[in-house]
Amino acid sequence: MSSSDKPTTPVKSTGLHVGEIKPGVAKKDPILIADGVRRQFGGLTAVDVAHVEIPRNAITALIGPNGAGKTTFFNLLTGFDIPNEGTWSFNGKSLAGVPAFKVARMGLIRTFQLTKALGLLTVMDNMKLGSTQQTGEKLWASVFHFLWKKKDVEIETQALDLLTRFKLDAKKDDYAASLSGGQRKLLEMARALMTKPELVMLDEPMAGVNPALTQSLLDHILNLKKEGMTVLFVEHDMHMVRHIADWVIVMAEGKVVAEGDPYEVMKNPAVIDAYLGSHQDVDLGTVTGRITLPKQGKEK
Amino acid sequence: MDVLGILSSTASFILDPTTMAYALAGLGLAVHFGFAGLLNMGMAGFMALGAYGYAIGILTFGLPWYLAAFVGIGASIVFALILGIPTLRLRGDYLAIVTIAAAEIIRLFLLTSAFVDVTGSADGLSGFNGPGGTVTNPIAGAGGFNDSNPIPDGEYGFPPFLDDERTWYLRIVGGIILAVGVYFVWRLVNSPWGRVIKGIREDEEAVRSLGKNVFAYKMQALIIGGVFGALGGLMLAFSTNVNSGVYVTSLTFFLWTALLLGGAATVFGPLVGSAIFWVLQAFLGLLFPALAKAGLLPFDSIQAAQIRFILIGVALVLLVVFRPQGIFGNKKELTFVK
Amino acid sequence: MELVATTRRTMGRLFAAVGAVVLAFGVLGLATPAHADIVNPEMPFKVSGNVQNNGEPVAGVTITVTGGGGFTATVPSGEDGKFVVGVPEKNADYTVTLDETTLPDGIAVVDNPNTPDFVEGNVQTASVGPGGRVAMNFFIGQGERHTVAWIDQVVQRLISGVNFGLMLALASVGLSLIYGTTGISNFAHAEMVTFGAVATFGLVHVFGDAALPLAIGLAIALSAGLGWALDAGLWRPLRKRNTGLVQLMIVSIGLSLAIRYLYQFFIGGGTEQLPGADSEKIQLFGEVSLSIVDMVSMGLSILLIVAFAWWLTYTKVGKATRAISDNPSLASASGIDVDGVIRIVWIVGSLLAGFSGILWAYFRPGIRWDMGGQILLLIFAATTLGGLGTAYGALIGSLVVGILVEGSSLFIPSDLKYVGALVVLIGILLFRPQGILGRKERVG
Ligand SMILES: Nc1ncnc2c1ncn2[C@@H]1O[C@H](COP(=O)(O)OP(=O)(O)OP(=O)(O)O)[C@@H](O)[C@H]1O
Ligand SMILES: [Mg+2]
Repeated sequence: MSSSDKPTTPVKSTGLHVGEIKPGVAKKDPILIADGVRRQFGGLTAVDVAHVEIPRNAITALIGPNGAGKTTFFNLLTGFDIPNEGTWSFNGKSLAGVPAFKVARMGLIRTFQLTKALGLLTVMDNMKLGSTQQTGEKLWASVFHFLWKKKDVEIETQALDLLTRFKLDAKKDDYAASLSGGQRKLLEMARALMTKPELVMLDEPMAGVNPALTQSLLDHILNLKKEGMTVLFVEHDMHMVRHIADWVIVMAEGKVVAEGDPYEVMKNPAVIDAYLGSHQDVDLGTVTGRITLPKQGKEK
Repeated sequence: MDVLGILSSTASFILDPTTMAYALAGLGLAVHFGFAGLLNMGMAGFMALGAYGYAIGILTFGLPWYLAAFVGIGASIVFALILGIPTLRLRGDYLAIVTIAAAEIIRLFLLTSAFVDVTGSADGLSGFNGPGGTVTNPIAGAGGFNDSNPIPDGEYGFPPFLDDERTWYLRIVGGIILAVGVYFVWRLVNSPWGRVIKGIREDEEAVRSLGKNVFAYKMQALIIGGVFGALGGLMLAFSTNVNSGVYVTSLTFFLWTALLLGGAATVFGPLVGSAIFWVLQAFLGLLFPALAKAGLLPFDSIQAAQIRFILIGVALVLLVVFRPQGIFGNKKELTFVK
Repeated sequence: MELVATTRRTMGRLFAAVGAVVLAFGVLGLATPAHADIVNPEMPFKVSGNVQNNGEPVAGVTITVTGGGGFTATVPSGEDGKFVVGVPEKNADYTVTLDETTLPDGIAVVDNPNTPDFVEGNVQTASVGPGGRVAMNFFIGQGERHTVAWIDQVVQRLISGVNFGLMLALASVGLSLIYGTTGISNFAHAEMVTFGAVATFGLVHVFGDAALPLAIGLAIALSAGLGWALDAGLWRPLRKRNTGLVQLMIVSIGLSLAIRYLYQFFIGGGTEQLPGADSEKIQLFGEVSLSIVDMVSMGLSILLIVAFAWWLTYTKVGKATRAISDNPSLASASGIDVDGVIRIVWIVGSLLAGFSGILWAYFRPGIRWDMGGQILLLIFAATTLGGLGTAYGALIGSLVVGILVEGSSLFIPSDLKYVGALVVLIGILLFRPQGILGRKERVG
């Protein structure tokens, strides 16, 4: 709190759900709804979600032990993988059978757990790729410099702004291949934000990012929410989840086993069971937590 | 040993139509592989379509040569579409095998005696460039490529580039196509479009996640590169007969060698690479037999002339292992994504 | 190599049917095709053509062109099987005669005078028209087939296909193992195939025809040695450098070119024969006949494949090989010496490829510097068909490809018979790109 980047105290959104809290509970204003989505790899059912809704303009955390099916669920929702069955919709439009790039154009952007920085492009080019408004990306327009030059400058300013926030501005002319693991994560997240998504799905965005930067990125995410964006993220760090998430969805063995407010959900026996098995007397935060965040979340 | 003679014939290869054909096709490969990451091992097929499309357009359909040239280009576009629609979803090395097989299918169809009336089978086709050459073709009549030559008859230039009007015309036409082509590709790869295809080369999933239609971009790159392949074939057809024996897989491999020599992810790489490739080929093809004749090498001159082909293979191996970015490529722009 | 003046009708049947394509057409002042030998270049009109055996150019065959006014000219076919003869008149007929005594031993044009329903295959009439393209095509091998009963043809093709398939199998199981354990799409496998044939040829040259079995045995041993040398000298160092798969593939292409032209350097661009290539044919039933070489080669293939399957299934190294193909990192984590096994895979793969090269030399028949390259894509097709990286699959795939290739020439021109297999190759990669046992890679 006393650091130079003054952390914003999260303003939690409340009253997101309708009726009794249980897995698959309806939301007041869902942006994404999945129904009966199931994906099998041979004999293994990686995802089997009966019903889940993601609340609009809120930060939702998707948690669960390793191999719970979180990444696979992300892949299914964004068109990178095809489920064996199920329907899901974004803003009321069905996404079943919609190719990944169209999903992205509709405003649903995801990042990858295993980073996909475009190594032999500069950091700036990586960022510029995120923009959706460059007509110069069309083949016919690309050969006419004057058609896209102005827009490119605009995009560059925008990108620089984001890079500064992500502490990557000094690296803008370096090849992305020369970035460290954590920096690649940051770049990928920044690149995703360049598309100005409505719903951004981050797969472990903070894994490998140092605590001080994490804090400032969390602030950034909170700002995004203020601007009306919806965030769904996967995270193993329970402190962070508690600190920032408005809603938590817990997956285990492919199913949604619990949902709810971050504080309540971690007391849920099903969650403790999924994470801890027999070590049920340990606090979830100390088991999965990586960093110690300011206490203000808990005291609120 | 005629050192001067060897050097002068070698130097003439810098401006040889074959060198230009390689440069054009190499430019296409650079778009495919260097910029879009498509492992096209069937460039010979694109070239064959360019050359045969042109020749068949004239001989069978009786088109004027400039329209027939578009038959060749059109054929390569159709081939790219047919090849690309199903295969662009494939993993890199599978794409390589599919393209090489597709190019072989084309060659076998051009070679088979089933269509001898159109393709000339093993003899290939000739006489389509019109009277300026050696042949009056009754179908093409007057007005072949050779006839469009505005240069008055005679010898021009200075040694080693002292040649007749037809050779100069070929050089000029080739030079113009190359210059326009290089400028076009340079513009393309330095545009936002180029940014997207380079992104696809690095990781297509990532680019897809940003809302780009990866398939459409790959298809565009495949077609553009394929058209350059066809232009290469066309250039060969302008200068000589067409024969399916030329468009074999080794041609594709030689093109790869030339491309990797110059640097795959550069616009001038294919140009420089083709020039080096052919100059070295010509030089060694003359040098070794001359050395053999002079008794300095212990084999006959036919064998001596073949050493250079062995060296192409060795050069390809060494390049890929030790200088994958090519002789002039930027070290950071290594084109092999692991 | 001796060129015996023999015409054996039976020999022309299966392997050695000469597709002597004599394409004769007159084109005014036609520019000379590359390499072709030409006589009378000063004359205004041309008769040109092509001598081919199964799509392979045959060099050094004497062609005589005779015409009205006592015109006669003789020309040998060039390195590329082509010949060009300048003739004095257009709107005239010329007789083109292929001198069969100059054909390589073991192949012949079928023109047995005892069967009057055959045209004399080696004598053709070429009409040089008023201009344009007059092309005449004589498939001597095909003309002969019309008299063979359909069922006999089918059986003959089937046997031939199995023979070819078994030969392909020897090459493709090796390719498949190498792909499975190292991930390399090894284009130089073609040259490993050629090596067996070239080595046998060289050894026969040294020890004499009588020592053929010894030469074959030694050639196989040398093939194994080649596999060892390639791994020790090239592939292992590249593995240590962590070279990417695409790079490795292009390295294999470069290697393939280098070795291929090295062969050409030593044995030249022509076709050479191994002793016994013209062995007696034995009539089985109807018109179906098999030469002794065919039978021996099928027997040996089966023997070797069974031995190989036993090795792969029951020996420790064989099991380790399959484990590595399945999951390299798991295999190395569970204490398998991955490098050692890969070395053995290269040796075994090269040995099998070399042996298949010897069989290919008899099947074609003939040894050429690029003979392996001619079937490389078929080997790829067989390997892919069975599922990349699975040795047993490659075996089945090879038989399918072999029968497909040989069988398809019942329906389509024989110079298009490889197309079917290539289409299958493309189809398989399209519809089961991950191979039969492969898994799709995960994203994200
Ligand atoms: N392509 C695939 N093929 C086979 N199994 C897969 C594939 N992708 C995922 N799985 C399996 O599905 C299960 C769920 O994987 P997933 O990556 O979704 O887990 P996760 O919840 O993201 O785990 P983590 O927290 O470790 O990232 C795992 O058991 C995994 O092995
Ligand atoms: Mg995950």
